[in-house]
Amino acid sequence: MRFFRSSPLGTAAALLVVVAVVVAAFAGQVAPYDPLRNDYTAARQPPSAQHLLGTDSLGRDVLSRIIYGLRISLIVSVASIALGVSFGVVWGVTSGYAAGRFDLLSQRLIEVLSSFPTLILAMLLSVGLGPGLGTVIVAVGVTQVPLATRITRSVVLSVKQTQFVEAARCLGATPARIMARQIAPQCVAPVAVVATLNLGAAIFAEAALSFLGVGVPPPTPSLGNMLGGVLAQSFQPPWWLVIFPGTAIAVTVLAANLLGDSLRDFLDPKLIARLG
Amino acid sequence: MQRYLVRRLVLAVPTIFGITVLIFVAMRVLPGDPLAVIANEGQGQYRLTGDELAAARASLGLDLPLPQQYLSWMADVARGDLGHSFWNTEPIRDTVARRGAVSLEIALAAVALSWLIGVPAGILSATHRNAWSDYTVRLFMTLFLAIPSFWIGLSAVLVLVLAFSWRPPLVITDLVQDPLKNLQMVIGPAIALGLGLAAGLARMTRSTILEALFDDYVRTARSKGLRERAVVGRHVMRNALLPVVTTSGAAMGALLGGAVATETAFGVPGLGSYLVAALNARDWMVIQNLVLIYGTIAVLVNMFVDLSYAWIDPRIRYS
Repeated sequence: MRFFRSSPLGTAAALLVVVAVVVAAFAGQVAPYDPLRNDYTAARQPPSAQHLLGTDSLGRDVLSRIIYGLRISLIVSVASIALGVSFGVVWGVTSGYAAGRFDLLSQRLIEVLSSFPTLILAMLLSVGLGPGLGTVIVAVGVTQVPLATRITRSVVLSVKQTQFVEAARCLGATPARIMARQIAPQCVAPVAVVATLNLGAAIFAEAALSFLGVGVPPPTPSLGNMLGGVLAQSFQPPWWLVIFPGTAIAVTVLAANLLGDSLRDFLDPKLIARLG
Repeated sequence: MQRYLVRRLVLAVPTIFGITVLIFVAMRVLPGDPLAVIANEGQGQYRLTGDELAAARASLGLDLPLPQQYLSWMADVARGDLGHSFWNTEPIRDTVARRGAVSLEIALAAVALSWLIGVPAGILSATHRNAWSDYTVRLFMTLFLAIPSFWIGLSAVLVLVLAFSWRPPLVITDLVQDPLKNLQMVIGPAIALGLGLAAGLARMTRSTILEALFDDYVRTARSKGLRERAVVGRHVMRNALLPVVTTSGAAMGALLGGAVATETAFGVPGLGSYLVAALNARDWMVIQNLVLIYGTIAVLVNMFVDLSYAWIDPRIRYS
Protein backbone atom coordinates (compact mmCIF):
# COMPACT_ATOMS: atom_id res chain seq x y z
CA MET A 1 0.00 0.00 0.00
CA ARG A 2 2.80 2.37 0.89
CA PHE A 3 4.32 1.57 -2.49
CA PHE A 4 1.26 2.87 -4.35
CA ARG A 5 1.29 6.16 -2.45
CA SER A 6 5.03 6.73 -2.80
CA SER A 7 5.27 6.13 -6.52
CA PRO A 8 2.47 7.18 -8.90
CA LEU A 9 4.54 6.16 -11.93
CA GLY A 10 5.19 2.76 -10.40
CA THR A 11 1.48 2.40 -9.70
CA ALA A 12 0.63 3.18 -13.32
CA ALA A 13 3.22 0.62 -14.44
CA ALA A 14 1.88 -1.97 -12.01
CA LEU A 15 -1.63 -1.33 -13.31
CA LEU A 16 -0.43 -1.78 -16.90
CA VAL A 17 1.28 -5.04 -15.95
CA VAL A 18 -1.91 -6.25 -14.26
CA VAL A 19 -3.94 -5.37 -17.37
CA ALA A 20 -1.44 -7.25 -19.55
CA VAL A 21 -1.59 -10.29 -17.26
CA VAL A 22 -5.41 -10.28 -17.20
CA VAL A 23 -5.67 -9.90 -20.98
CA ALA A 24 -3.13 -12.71 -21.45
CA ALA A 25 -4.85 -14.97 -18.92
CA PHE A 26 -8.29 -14.52 -20.48
CA ALA A 27 -7.00 -14.47 -24.06
CA GLY A 28 -9.71 -16.94 -25.09
CA GLN A 29 -12.45 -14.58 -23.91
CA VAL A 30 -10.85 -11.29 -24.98
CA ALA A 31 -9.57 -12.16 -28.45
CA PRO A 32 -12.17 -11.61 -31.18
CA TYR A 33 -10.89 -14.46 -33.41
CA ASP A 34 -8.98 -17.74 -33.24
CA PRO A 35 -5.32 -16.65 -33.63
CA LEU A 36 -4.50 -19.73 -35.72
CA ARG A 37 -7.44 -19.65 -38.12
CA ASN A 38 -6.40 -18.89 -41.70
CA ASP A 39 -8.77 -16.99 -43.93
CA TYR A 40 -7.29 -16.53 -47.37
CA THR A 41 -10.20 -14.38 -48.52
CA ALA A 42 -9.17 -11.82 -45.91
CA ALA A 43 -5.37 -11.87 -46.24
CA ARG A 44 -3.25 -8.74 -45.70
CA GLN A 45 -6.14 -6.46 -44.91
CA PRO A 46 -5.43 -3.10 -43.30
CA PRO A 47 -7.23 -2.32 -40.02
CA SER A 48 -11.02 -2.26 -40.42
CA ALA A 49 -14.15 -2.67 -38.34
CA GLN A 50 -14.02 -6.47 -38.68
CA HIS A 51 -10.31 -6.73 -37.95
CA LEU A 52 -9.38 -3.80 -35.71
CA LEU A 53 -5.63 -4.20 -36.29
CA GLY A 54 -5.83 -5.83 -39.72
CA THR A 55 -4.88 -9.33 -40.85
CA ASP A 56 -1.57 -10.96 -41.75
CA SER A 57 -0.59 -12.67 -45.00
CA LEU A 58 -2.50 -15.82 -44.03
CA GLY A 59 -5.61 -13.86 -43.11
CA ARG A 60 -5.17 -14.31 -39.37
CA ASP A 61 -6.51 -11.55 -37.13
CA VAL A 62 -3.59 -9.42 -35.88
CA LEU A 63 -5.31 -8.26 -32.68
CA SER A 64 -6.07 -11.84 -31.64
CA ARG A 65 -2.50 -12.88 -32.41
CA ILE A 66 -1.12 -10.01 -30.35
CA ILE A 67 -3.31 -11.02 -27.40
CA TYR A 68 -2.22 -14.66 -27.60
CA GLY A 69 1.36 -13.54 -28.36
CA LEU A 70 1.35 -11.45 -25.20
CA ARG A 71 0.35 -14.57 -23.28
CA ILE A 72 3.28 -16.52 -24.75
CA SER A 73 5.72 -13.66 -24.11
CA LEU A 74 4.62 -13.36 -20.47
CA ILE A 75 4.75 -17.12 -19.89
CA VAL A 76 8.23 -17.37 -21.40
CA SER A 77 9.65 -14.36 -19.57
CA VAL A 78 8.23 -15.22 -16.14
CA ALA A 79 9.08 -18.92 -16.44
CA SER A 80 12.61 -18.24 -17.66
CA ILE A 81 13.29 -15.78 -14.86
CA ALA A 82 11.86 -18.17 -12.27
CA LEU A 83 13.98 -20.97 -13.68
CA GLY A 84 17.19 -18.94 -14.05
CA VAL A 85 16.89 -17.18 -10.71
CA SER A 86 16.07 -20.27 -8.65
CA PHE A 87 18.96 -22.13 -10.26
CA GLY A 88 21.18 -19.11 -9.60
CA VAL A 89 20.14 -18.90 -5.94
CA VAL A 90 20.82 -22.59 -5.30
CA TRP A 91 24.14 -22.36 -7.06
CA GLY A 92 25.13 -19.11 -5.40
CA VAL A 93 24.26 -20.35 -1.90
CA THR A 94 26.11 -23.63 -2.38
CA SER A 95 29.11 -21.99 -3.97
CA GLY A 96 29.36 -19.21 -1.40
CA TYR A 97 28.85 -21.50 1.59
CA ALA A 98 31.00 -24.39 0.44
CA ALA A 99 33.86 -22.09 -0.65
CA GLY A 100 37.12 -23.76 -1.63
CA ARG A 101 37.64 -25.56 -4.90
CA PHE A 102 33.95 -25.83 -5.82
CA ASP A 103 33.54 -22.09 -5.40
CA LEU A 104 36.57 -21.36 -7.54
CA LEU A 105 35.34 -23.64 -10.31
CA SER A 106 31.83 -22.14 -10.19
CA GLN A 107 33.24 -18.66 -10.41
CA ARG A 108 35.12 -19.55 -13.57
CA LEU A 109 32.04 -21.18 -15.05
CA ILE A 110 29.91 -18.13 -14.27
CA GLU A 111 32.54 -15.97 -15.91
CA VAL A 112 32.34 -18.07 -19.06
CA LEU A 113 28.53 -17.84 -19.09
CA SER A 114 28.49 -14.12 -18.51
CA SER A 115 31.17 -13.39 -21.08
CA PHE A 116 28.78 -14.46 -23.84
CA PRO A 117 26.55 -11.75 -25.19
CA THR A 118 23.21 -12.90 -23.71
CA LEU A 119 21.30 -13.01 -26.97
CA ILE A 120 24.05 -15.02 -28.67
CA LEU A 121 24.12 -17.50 -25.78
CA ALA A 122 20.34 -17.88 -25.99
CA MET A 123 20.55 -18.44 -29.76
CA LEU A 124 23.24 -21.08 -29.34
CA LEU A 125 21.19 -22.93 -26.73
CA SER A 126 17.95 -22.77 -28.66
CA VAL A 127 19.65 -24.32 -31.69
CA GLY A 128 21.39 -26.90 -29.51
CA LEU A 129 18.14 -27.91 -27.82
CA GLY A 130 15.96 -27.89 -30.92
CA PRO A 131 12.90 -25.70 -31.47
CA GLY A 132 10.09 -25.49 -28.91
CA LEU A 133 8.56 -23.39 -26.18
CA GLY A 134 10.53 -25.19 -23.43
CA THR A 135 13.75 -24.49 -25.31
CA VAL A 136 13.11 -20.74 -25.37
CA ILE A 137 12.40 -20.77 -21.63
CA VAL A 138 15.65 -22.62 -20.90
CA ALA A 139 17.66 -20.48 -23.32
CA VAL A 140 16.45 -17.19 -21.84
CA GLY A 141 16.62 -18.66 -18.32
CA VAL A 142 20.30 -19.56 -18.63
CA THR A 143 21.13 -15.94 -19.44
CA GLN A 144 19.64 -14.99 -16.05
CA VAL A 145 21.82 -17.42 -14.08
CA PRO A 146 25.16 -15.51 -13.87
CA LEU A 147 23.78 -12.34 -12.28
CA ALA A 148 21.51 -14.21 -9.84
CA THR A 149 24.39 -16.45 -8.79
CA ARG A 150 26.78 -13.53 -8.31
CA ILE A 151 24.36 -11.50 -6.21
CA THR A 152 23.40 -14.50 -4.08
CA ARG A 153 27.00 -15.44 -3.53
CA SER A 154 27.94 -11.94 -2.39
CA VAL A 155 25.08 -11.95 0.12
CA VAL A 156 26.08 -15.42 1.35
CA LEU A 157 29.67 -14.38 1.94
CA SER A 158 28.57 -11.72 4.42
CA VAL A 159 25.70 -13.67 6.00
CA LYS A 160 27.97 -16.67 6.53
CA GLN A 161 29.95 -14.75 9.16
CA THR A 162 26.94 -13.70 11.25
CA GLN A 163 26.26 -15.02 14.72
CA PHE A 164 22.96 -16.70 13.98
CA VAL A 165 24.66 -18.90 11.41
CA GLU A 166 27.38 -19.72 13.91
CA ALA A 167 24.70 -20.46 16.49
CA ALA A 168 22.96 -22.85 14.11
CA ARG A 169 26.28 -24.57 13.46
CA CYS A 170 26.92 -24.91 17.21
CA LEU A 171 23.49 -26.50 17.62
CA GLY A 172 24.66 -29.15 15.18
CA ALA A 173 22.68 -28.15 12.09
CA THR A 174 23.93 -29.78 8.91
CA PRO A 175 25.37 -27.53 6.16
CA ALA A 176 22.36 -28.32 3.96
CA ARG A 177 19.98 -27.19 6.70
CA ILE A 178 21.95 -24.02 7.39
CA MET A 179 21.98 -23.16 3.70
CA ALA A 180 18.25 -23.75 3.32
CA ARG A 181 16.95 -22.30 6.59
CA GLN A 182 19.46 -19.64 7.64
CA ILE A 183 21.19 -18.38 4.54
CA ALA A 184 18.82 -18.69 1.59
CA PRO A 185 16.05 -16.52 3.14
CA GLN A 186 18.54 -13.63 3.42
CA CYS A 187 19.11 -13.69 -0.33
CA VAL A 188 15.46 -13.44 -1.30
CA ALA A 189 15.03 -9.66 -1.19
CA PRO A 190 18.00 -8.58 -3.34
CA VAL A 191 17.39 -11.40 -5.80
CA ALA A 192 13.69 -10.54 -6.06
CA VAL A 193 14.58 -6.98 -7.00
CA VAL A 194 16.97 -8.16 -9.70
CA ALA A 195 14.37 -10.59 -11.01
CA THR A 196 11.81 -7.80 -11.41
CA LEU A 197 14.40 -5.54 -13.00
CA ASN A 198 15.19 -8.28 -15.52
CA LEU A 199 11.59 -9.02 -16.47
CA GLY A 200 11.70 -6.44 -19.24
CA ALA A 201 14.98 -7.85 -20.52
CA ALA A 202 13.48 -11.35 -20.64
CA ILE A 203 10.45 -10.18 -22.64
CA PHE A 204 12.88 -8.41 -24.91
CA ALA A 205 15.05 -11.55 -25.30
CA GLU A 206 12.07 -13.73 -26.20
CA ALA A 207 10.94 -11.17 -28.78
CA ALA A 208 14.41 -10.98 -30.34
CA LEU A 209 14.83 -14.78 -30.46
CA SER A 210 11.42 -15.30 -32.02
CA PHE A 211 11.99 -12.41 -34.42
CA LEU A 212 15.14 -14.17 -35.64
CA GLY A 213 13.34 -17.48 -36.09
CA VAL A 214 15.03 -19.37 -33.24
CA GLY A 215 12.43 -18.67 -30.58
CA VAL A 216 8.80 -19.66 -30.28
CA PRO A 217 8.14 -21.72 -33.43
CA PRO A 218 5.22 -20.73 -35.69
CA PRO A 219 2.27 -21.03 -36.02
CA THR A 220 2.13 -20.28 -32.26
CA PRO A 221 1.90 -16.49 -32.15
CA SER A 222 4.50 -14.54 -30.20
CA LEU A 223 5.11 -10.81 -30.36
CA GLY A 224 8.57 -11.48 -31.78
CA ASN A 225 7.74 -14.00 -34.48
CA MET A 226 4.92 -11.80 -35.77
CA LEU A 227 7.57 -9.18 -36.55
CA GLY A 228 9.86 -11.85 -37.98
CA GLY A 229 7.14 -12.85 -40.44
CA VAL A 230 7.30 -9.35 -41.92
CA LEU A 231 10.93 -9.80 -43.00
CA ALA A 232 9.93 -12.05 -45.89
CA GLN A 233 7.72 -9.26 -47.23
CA SER A 234 10.16 -6.44 -46.63
CA PHE A 235 9.80 -5.04 -50.15
CA GLN A 236 6.10 -4.34 -49.66
CA PRO A 237 5.67 -4.43 -45.88
CA PRO A 238 2.13 -4.01 -44.54
CA TRP A 239 2.57 -1.23 -41.96
CA TRP A 240 0.05 -2.66 -39.49
CA LEU A 241 2.10 -5.85 -39.17
CA VAL A 242 5.13 -3.79 -38.10
CA ILE A 243 3.57 -1.10 -35.94
CA PHE A 244 1.13 -3.04 -33.74
CA PRO A 245 3.18 -6.04 -32.53
CA GLY A 246 6.20 -3.76 -32.00
CA THR A 247 4.13 -1.31 -29.96
CA ALA A 248 2.87 -4.22 -27.88
CA ILE A 249 6.46 -5.29 -27.14
CA ALA A 250 7.59 -1.75 -26.32
CA VAL A 251 4.64 -1.04 -24.00
CA THR A 252 5.03 -4.34 -22.15
CA VAL A 253 8.78 -3.89 -21.69
CA LEU A 254 8.22 -0.27 -20.66
CA ALA A 255 5.69 -1.26 -17.99
CA ALA A 256 7.95 -4.05 -16.69
CA ASN A 257 10.99 -1.73 -16.57
CA LEU A 258 9.12 1.06 -14.78
CA LEU A 259 7.67 -1.39 -12.28
CA GLY A 260 11.12 -2.84 -11.62
CA ASP A 261 12.68 0.60 -11.18
CA SER A 262 10.06 1.86 -8.75
CA LEU A 263 10.13 -1.40 -6.79
CA ARG A 264 13.89 -1.04 -6.42
CA ASP A 265 13.58 2.59 -5.35
CA PHE A 266 10.90 1.57 -2.88
CA LEU A 267 12.87 -1.30 -1.39
CA ASP A 268 16.18 0.56 -1.44
CA PRO A 269 15.21 4.07 -0.34
CA LYS A 270 18.71 5.11 0.69
CA LEU A 271 19.49 6.80 -2.62
CA ILE A 272 16.27 8.78 -2.86
CA ALA A 273 16.40 9.89 0.76
CA ARG A 274 19.83 11.33 0.17
CA LEU A 275 18.86 13.07 -3.05
CA GLY A 276 15.72 14.52 -1.49
CA MET B 1 50.53 -1.91 -15.48
CA GLN B 2 52.39 -4.12 -17.92
CA ARG B 3 52.41 -7.02 -15.50
CA TYR B 4 48.68 -6.55 -14.95
CA LEU B 5 48.12 -6.59 -18.68
CA VAL B 6 50.01 -9.86 -19.00
CA ARG B 7 48.10 -11.38 -16.09
CA ARG B 8 44.74 -10.38 -17.56
CA LEU B 9 45.74 -11.87 -20.90
CA VAL B 10 46.72 -15.14 -19.20
CA LEU B 11 43.45 -15.20 -17.23
CA ALA B 12 41.45 -14.73 -20.42
CA VAL B 13 42.78 -18.06 -21.70
CA PRO B 14 40.74 -20.33 -19.38
CA THR B 15 37.65 -18.21 -20.05
CA ILE B 16 38.01 -18.60 -23.79
CA PHE B 17 38.72 -22.30 -23.28
CA GLY B 18 35.46 -22.52 -21.31
CA ILE B 19 33.64 -20.77 -24.13
CA THR B 20 34.89 -23.30 -26.67
CA VAL B 21 33.82 -26.20 -24.44
CA LEU B 22 30.38 -24.68 -23.91
CA ILE B 23 29.86 -24.16 -27.64
CA PHE B 24 31.06 -27.68 -28.37
CA VAL B 25 28.71 -29.17 -25.79
CA ALA B 26 25.77 -27.12 -27.09
CA MET B 27 26.44 -28.21 -30.66
CA ARG B 28 27.25 -31.90 -30.19
CA VAL B 29 25.88 -33.20 -26.92
CA LEU B 30 22.51 -31.51 -26.52
CA PRO B 31 19.60 -33.46 -28.05
CA GLY B 32 18.92 -31.18 -31.03
CA ASP B 33 21.60 -32.70 -33.31
CA PRO B 34 21.74 -30.21 -36.22
CA LEU B 35 22.50 -32.84 -38.82
CA ALA B 36 19.57 -34.98 -37.72
CA VAL B 37 17.38 -31.91 -37.95
CA ILE B 38 18.53 -31.24 -41.51
CA ALA B 39 17.95 -34.86 -42.41
CA ASN B 40 14.39 -34.87 -41.09
CA GLU B 41 13.40 -31.36 -42.06
CA GLY B 42 13.89 -31.83 -45.80
CA GLN B 43 10.70 -32.03 -47.78
CA GLY B 44 10.81 -35.32 -49.67
CA GLN B 45 13.73 -34.96 -52.07
CA TYR B 46 16.17 -33.62 -49.45
CA ARG B 47 15.40 -36.25 -46.85
CA LEU B 48 18.51 -38.29 -46.12
CA THR B 49 18.44 -42.04 -45.62
CA GLY B 50 20.28 -43.63 -42.70
CA ASP B 51 23.26 -44.56 -44.88
CA GLU B 52 23.53 -41.12 -46.43
CA LEU B 53 23.36 -39.56 -42.98
CA ALA B 54 26.19 -41.82 -41.81
CA ALA B 55 28.26 -40.92 -44.88
CA ALA B 56 27.62 -37.21 -44.30
CA ARG B 57 28.68 -37.61 -40.70
CA ALA B 58 31.88 -39.37 -41.70
CA SER B 59 32.80 -36.73 -44.27
CA LEU B 60 32.37 -34.02 -41.65
CA GLY B 61 34.35 -35.96 -39.06
CA LEU B 62 31.26 -36.30 -36.88
CA ASP B 63 31.75 -40.06 -36.42
CA LEU B 64 34.99 -39.53 -34.49
CA PRO B 65 35.03 -39.68 -30.68
CA LEU B 66 34.00 -36.34 -29.13
CA PRO B 67 37.40 -35.40 -27.64
CA GLN B 68 39.02 -35.98 -31.00
CA GLN B 69 36.41 -33.81 -32.73
CA TYR B 70 37.03 -31.06 -30.21
CA LEU B 71 40.80 -31.20 -30.67
CA SER B 72 40.62 -31.11 -34.43
CA TRP B 73 38.29 -28.08 -34.26
CA MET B 74 40.74 -26.33 -31.94
CA ALA B 75 43.68 -27.23 -34.17
CA ASP B 76 41.85 -25.73 -37.16
CA VAL B 77 41.01 -22.55 -35.25
CA ALA B 78 44.62 -22.23 -34.09
CA ARG B 79 45.72 -22.40 -37.71
CA GLY B 80 43.22 -19.65 -38.56
CA ASP B 81 41.09 -22.10 -40.52
CA LEU B 82 37.41 -21.73 -39.67
CA GLY B 83 36.35 -24.49 -42.02
CA HIS B 84 33.67 -24.51 -44.67
CA SER B 85 29.99 -23.80 -44.55
CA PHE B 86 27.72 -26.79 -44.90
CA TRP B 87 25.94 -25.15 -47.83
CA ASN B 88 28.54 -23.32 -49.90
CA THR B 89 32.22 -23.59 -50.68
CA GLU B 90 33.54 -20.19 -49.64
CA PRO B 91 35.81 -20.62 -46.61
CA ILE B 92 34.09 -19.25 -43.51
CA ARG B 93 37.14 -17.14 -42.77
CA ASP B 94 36.68 -15.14 -45.99
CA THR B 95 32.97 -14.58 -45.38
CA VAL B 96 33.70 -13.45 -41.83
CA ALA B 97 36.35 -11.00 -43.02
CA ARG B 98 34.02 -9.50 -45.62
CA ARG B 99 30.92 -9.26 -43.45
CA GLY B 100 32.80 -8.50 -40.23
CA ALA B 101 34.03 -5.18 -41.64
CA VAL B 102 30.45 -3.93 -42.00
CA SER B 103 29.46 -5.11 -38.52
CA LEU B 104 32.54 -3.52 -36.98
CA GLU B 105 31.72 -0.21 -38.64
CA ILE B 106 28.16 -0.40 -37.30
CA ALA B 107 29.29 -1.29 -33.78
CA LEU B 108 31.89 1.49 -33.59
CA ALA B 109 29.50 4.06 -35.02
CA ALA B 110 26.79 2.99 -32.54
CA VAL B 111 29.17 3.27 -29.57
CA ALA B 112 30.42 6.66 -30.74
CA LEU B 113 26.85 7.86 -31.19
CA SER B 114 25.84 6.61 -27.75
CA TRP B 115 28.65 8.59 -26.13
CA LEU B 116 27.86 11.71 -28.14
CA ILE B 117 24.20 11.61 -27.12
CA GLY B 118 24.12 9.67 -23.85
CA VAL B 119 26.82 11.39 -21.78
CA PRO B 120 25.79 15.02 -22.48
CA ALA B 121 22.13 14.08 -21.99
CA GLY B 122 22.97 12.45 -18.66
CA ILE B 123 24.97 15.48 -17.50
CA LEU B 124 22.21 17.87 -18.55
CA SER B 125 19.62 15.79 -16.76
CA ALA B 126 21.64 15.54 -13.53
CA THR B 127 22.68 19.21 -13.34
CA HIS B 128 19.14 20.42 -14.06
CA ARG B 129 17.37 17.95 -11.86
CA ASN B 130 13.56 18.20 -11.92
CA ALA B 131 13.65 20.88 -14.60
CA TRP B 132 11.87 20.32 -17.91
CA SER B 133 15.15 19.31 -19.58
CA ASP B 134 15.58 16.57 -16.96
CA TYR B 135 12.07 15.27 -17.59
CA THR B 136 12.58 15.30 -21.35
CA VAL B 137 15.82 13.34 -21.09
CA ARG B 138 14.28 10.84 -18.68
CA LEU B 139 11.24 10.37 -20.90
CA PHE B 140 13.39 9.53 -23.93
CA MET B 141 15.69 7.40 -21.77
CA THR B 142 12.79 5.27 -20.54
CA LEU B 143 11.32 5.01 -24.03
CA PHE B 144 14.49 3.92 -25.77
CA LEU B 145 15.31 1.40 -23.07
CA ALA B 146 12.00 -0.28 -23.86
CA ILE B 147 11.92 -0.05 -27.66
CA PRO B 148 13.79 -2.93 -29.30
CA SER B 149 16.38 -1.68 -31.78
CA PHE B 150 15.27 -4.26 -34.33
CA TRP B 151 11.80 -2.77 -34.26
CA ILE B 152 13.25 0.69 -34.91
CA GLY B 153 14.99 -0.97 -37.84
CA LEU B 154 11.84 -2.55 -39.23
CA SER B 155 9.90 0.69 -38.83
CA ALA B 156 12.66 2.73 -40.46
CA VAL B 157 12.75 0.42 -43.48
CA LEU B 158 8.96 0.52 -43.61
CA VAL B 159 8.87 4.32 -43.70
CA LEU B 160 11.66 4.50 -46.28
CA VAL B 161 9.98 1.97 -48.56
CA LEU B 162 6.43 3.31 -48.27
CA ALA B 163 7.21 7.03 -48.26
CA PHE B 164 10.29 7.26 -50.48
CA SER B 165 10.27 3.93 -52.34
CA TRP B 166 13.88 3.60 -51.26
CA ARG B 167 15.57 1.01 -49.10
CA PRO B 168 19.12 0.70 -47.80
CA PRO B 169 21.49 -1.13 -50.17
CA LEU B 170 21.67 -4.90 -49.73
CA VAL B 171 25.16 -5.43 -51.13
CA ILE B 172 28.36 -4.58 -49.29
CA THR B 173 30.30 -1.63 -50.65
CA ASP B 174 33.76 -0.77 -49.44
CA LEU B 175 34.15 2.21 -47.12
CA VAL B 176 37.12 3.51 -49.11
CA GLN B 177 35.81 2.88 -52.62
CA ASP B 178 32.31 4.30 -52.20
CA PRO B 179 31.93 6.03 -48.84
CA LEU B 180 28.45 7.38 -49.57
CA LYS B 181 26.97 4.01 -50.51
CA ASN B 182 28.69 2.46 -47.51
CA LEU B 183 27.24 5.12 -45.25
CA GLN B 184 23.71 4.42 -46.54
CA MET B 185 24.04 0.86 -45.34
CA VAL B 186 25.73 1.52 -42.02
CA ILE B 187 23.95 4.60 -40.72
CA GLY B 188 20.53 3.04 -40.11
CA PRO B 189 21.61 0.16 -37.86
CA ALA B 190 24.14 2.44 -36.13
CA ILE B 191 21.42 4.93 -35.18
CA ALA B 192 18.94 2.23 -34.14
CA LEU B 193 21.52 0.55 -31.91
CA GLY B 194 23.09 3.79 -30.75
CA LEU B 195 19.81 5.18 -29.41
CA GLY B 196 19.27 2.20 -27.11
CA LEU B 197 22.87 2.34 -25.91
CA ALA B 198 22.63 6.10 -25.40
CA ALA B 199 19.58 5.63 -23.19
CA GLY B 200 21.45 3.20 -20.92
CA LEU B 201 24.48 5.47 -20.84
CA ALA B 202 22.44 8.58 -20.05
CA ARG B 203 20.77 6.76 -17.20
CA MET B 204 24.10 5.68 -15.71
CA THR B 205 25.69 9.11 -16.23
CA ARG B 206 22.74 10.83 -14.58
CA SER B 207 22.77 8.66 -11.47
CA THR B 208 26.55 8.72 -10.91
CA ILE B 209 26.74 12.48 -11.39
CA LEU B 210 23.79 13.01 -9.06
CA GLU B 211 25.59 10.99 -6.44
CA ALA B 212 28.90 12.79 -6.97
CA LEU B 213 27.26 16.24 -6.79
CA PHE B 214 26.67 15.71 -3.07
CA ASP B 215 30.22 14.63 -2.24
CA ASP B 216 32.55 16.62 -0.03
CA TYR B 217 35.11 17.38 -2.71
CA VAL B 218 32.40 19.04 -4.78
CA ARG B 219 31.49 21.30 -1.86
CA THR B 220 35.18 22.12 -1.49
CA ALA B 221 35.49 22.96 -5.18
CA ARG B 222 32.42 25.18 -4.99
CA SER B 223 33.51 26.94 -1.84
CA LYS B 224 36.89 27.84 -3.26
CA GLY B 225 34.94 29.81 -5.84
CA LEU B 226 35.05 27.62 -8.92
CA ARG B 227 32.34 28.20 -11.47
CA GLU B 228 29.72 25.44 -11.70
CA ARG B 229 30.93 24.60 -15.20
CA ALA B 230 34.43 23.88 -13.89
CA VAL B 231 33.10 21.95 -10.91
CA VAL B 232 31.11 19.61 -13.12
CA GLY B 233 33.54 19.53 -16.03
CA ARG B 234 36.76 18.92 -14.10
CA HIS B 235 35.84 17.43 -10.75
CA VAL B 236 32.55 15.61 -11.05
CA MET B 237 33.06 14.23 -14.55
CA ARG B 238 36.32 12.55 -13.76
CA ASN B 239 34.81 10.63 -10.87
CA ALA B 240 31.52 9.93 -12.51
CA LEU B 241 33.07 8.60 -15.70
CA LEU B 242 34.19 5.28 -14.25
CA PRO B 243 30.77 3.61 -13.98
CA VAL B 244 29.94 5.10 -17.36
CA VAL B 245 32.88 3.24 -18.89
CA THR B 246 31.74 0.05 -17.17
CA THR B 247 28.25 0.47 -18.56
CA SER B 248 29.67 1.05 -21.99
CA GLY B 249 31.73 -2.13 -21.69
CA ALA B 250 28.84 -4.17 -20.37
CA ALA B 251 26.71 -2.77 -23.17
CA MET B 252 29.14 -4.28 -25.67
CA GLY B 253 27.47 -7.63 -25.00
CA ALA B 254 24.04 -6.17 -25.64
CA LEU B 255 25.43 -4.43 -28.70
CA LEU B 256 26.86 -7.61 -30.20
CA GLY B 257 23.62 -9.51 -29.61
CA GLY B 258 21.36 -6.59 -30.51
CA ALA B 259 23.32 -6.02 -33.70
CA VAL B 260 22.33 -9.51 -34.85
CA ALA B 261 18.62 -8.64 -34.70
CA THR B 262 19.09 -5.08 -35.96
CA GLU B 263 21.20 -6.11 -38.95
CA THR B 264 18.52 -8.63 -39.84
CA ALA B 265 15.80 -5.98 -39.58
CA PHE B 266 17.67 -3.63 -41.93
CA GLY B 267 18.75 -6.46 -44.21
CA VAL B 268 22.40 -5.52 -43.73
CA PRO B 269 24.71 -8.37 -44.80
CA GLY B 270 26.88 -8.23 -41.67
CA LEU B 271 28.15 -10.86 -39.28
CA GLY B 272 24.85 -10.87 -37.40
CA SER B 273 22.66 -11.73 -40.35
CA TYR B 274 25.25 -14.37 -41.30
CA LEU B 275 24.72 -15.95 -37.88
CA VAL B 276 20.92 -15.81 -38.26
CA ALA B 277 21.08 -17.44 -41.70
CA ALA B 278 23.37 -20.13 -40.27
CA LEU B 279 21.04 -20.70 -37.31
CA ASN B 280 18.04 -21.14 -39.58
CA ALA B 281 19.95 -23.46 -41.92
CA ARG B 282 21.39 -25.38 -38.94
CA ASP B 283 24.82 -24.70 -40.47
CA TRP B 284 26.70 -25.81 -37.38
CA MET B 285 30.23 -25.18 -38.64
CA VAL B 286 29.37 -21.52 -39.19
CA ILE B 287 27.42 -21.30 -35.92
CA GLN B 288 30.15 -22.69 -33.73
CA ASN B 289 32.87 -20.50 -35.21
CA LEU B 290 30.79 -17.33 -35.22
CA VAL B 291 29.72 -17.83 -31.61
CA LEU B 292 33.37 -18.38 -30.74
CA ILE B 293 34.24 -15.09 -32.42
CA TYR B 294 31.47 -13.24 -30.57
CA GLY B 295 32.51 -14.76 -27.24
CA THR B 296 36.17 -13.92 -27.77
CA ILE B 297 35.36 -10.34 -28.72
CA ALA B 298 33.27 -9.99 -25.55
CA VAL B 299 36.12 -11.29 -23.37
CA LEU B 300 38.63 -8.94 -25.00
CA VAL B 301 36.33 -5.92 -24.71
CA ASN B 302 35.80 -6.60 -21.00
CA MET B 303 39.53 -6.79 -20.51
CA PHE B 304 40.00 -3.53 -22.37
CA VAL B 305 37.36 -1.88 -20.16
CA ASP B 306 39.16 -3.05 -17.01
CA LEU B 307 42.41 -1.63 -18.30
CA SER B 308 40.87 1.71 -19.15
CA TYR B 309 39.83 2.12 -15.50
CA ALA B 310 43.44 2.63 -14.53
CA TRP B 311 43.85 5.22 -17.21
CA ILE B 312 40.78 7.25 -16.18
CA ASP B 313 41.06 6.84 -12.42
CA PRO B 314 44.59 7.29 -11.10
CA ARG B 315 43.49 6.01 -7.68
CA ILE B 316 43.30 2.53 -9.15
CA ARG B 317 46.73 0.98 -9.36
CA TYR B 318 47.04 -2.54 -10.63
CA SER B 319 49.88 -4.51 -9.18
